[in-house]
Amino acid sequence: MSTTAVHNTKWWSGGKSPFNLEYGKVMMWYFLMSDAFTFGAFLISYGTIRFSTNGWPDPNHVFSSYPFKVAGSAPAPLVFVSIMTFILIVSSVTMVLAVQAGHHKDKKGVVNNLILTILFGSMFLGCQAWEWMHLHAEGAWWGLNPFINADGTHATTNFTNYFFTITGFHGFHVFSGVVINIIMLIMTLNDTFEKKGHYLMIEKAGLYWHFVDLVWVFVFALFYLV
Amino acid sequence: MEHTLNAETYKAAKKEVWKITWILSILTIVELCLGFWMYFSKQSLGPSGILFIKGVILILMLVKAFYIVAYFMHLKHEIKNMIMTIVVPLSLFIWFITSFLYEGNSYSNLRNRYDKHLHEQINVKVQEAHHAEEGEKSEGAKEEHKAEEHK
Repeated sequence: MSTTAVHNTKWWSGGKSPFNLEYGKVMMWYFLMSDAFTFGAFLISYGTIRFSTNGWPDPNHVFSSYPFKVAGSAPAPLVFVSIMTFILIVSSVTMVLAVQAGHHKDKKGVVNNLILTILFGSMFLGCQAWEWMHLHAEGAWWGLNPFINADGTHATTNFTNYFFTITGFHGFHVFSGVVINIIMLIMTLNDTFEKKGHYLMIEKAGLYWHFVDLVWVFVFALFYLV
Repeated sequence: MEHTLNAETYKAAKKEVWKITWILSILTIVELCLGFWMYFSKQSLGPSGILFIKGVILILMLVKAFYIVAYFMHLKHEIKNMIMTIVVPLSLFIWFITSFLYEGNSYSNLRNRYDKHLHEQINVKVQEAHHAEEGEKSEGAKEEHKAEEHK
């Protein structure tokens, strides 16, 4: 940190990164920023359509089931999705712990926490797959909406179109994140980072994984709660 | 970029992670409580009460996003140049959200004023088709809607 202390005012004078970060990490941030605009465009378009439509289905009615639910038992809104949300939060925590272990060249800590992150990520994907199957069995799909609006009027297919597109896009990000983490795990086990002398690659994978969690914060609030 | 690597900072960093985990969990639980509150006392809250709770949920959502970006993604501990290069472009979202939601609302008003058929639909109540027993799922919601009307 000696350089930062002395030249704090001359970040732009050249010879070093003005962001005090490694090139790959800065680029990962810029990629995530562009991805934020992609998701933002999806969610804002969803909001625009919702504002321009007279009625909208009640999420508490649509998302009121969970696996092994006894037929005819009381509807359980928010139960299943809150489990999914907590799974993703926990996976984010194990990812930070993996990144920190990498910082301190603690190979065992990196491996253990990466395995946990992959496990929780896969659990989340499993939950999402179940929810899609369940909704599909109820007759919901792109272009098909079996649910009526909360006020009892006939609903358009906008609701299901946006739900499947946005959760699908997010689910695909989770899937890519799991694949990236598996690659990181294999590289760690092969001592690739030990030989390099640093675990910066884990930090980049971590940034991506947290972004996936971040997007879920928005999807969860905007689709299931609001 | 060389960090001082010792057990002391490792411990402190871990402690911070658990603190943020608690904050995120509690915020999520509060969000869920508000969601259940809206579900169980929809009648007593009224439209303005519901709108208020929804607003609170959106604020909590932004607070959660801040904690994830600032601490889990470590942005708060980067130097100011780095923070600015990410946060300043994202401020475009302020325009993006405001103008598009305004546009959606305006479109809704125009359609309800000039499209009489659409406006009348507000008073046409329908029954939800029971899909577990329905054979022809592929016919789509519109067909089922028609079938319901004939009954």
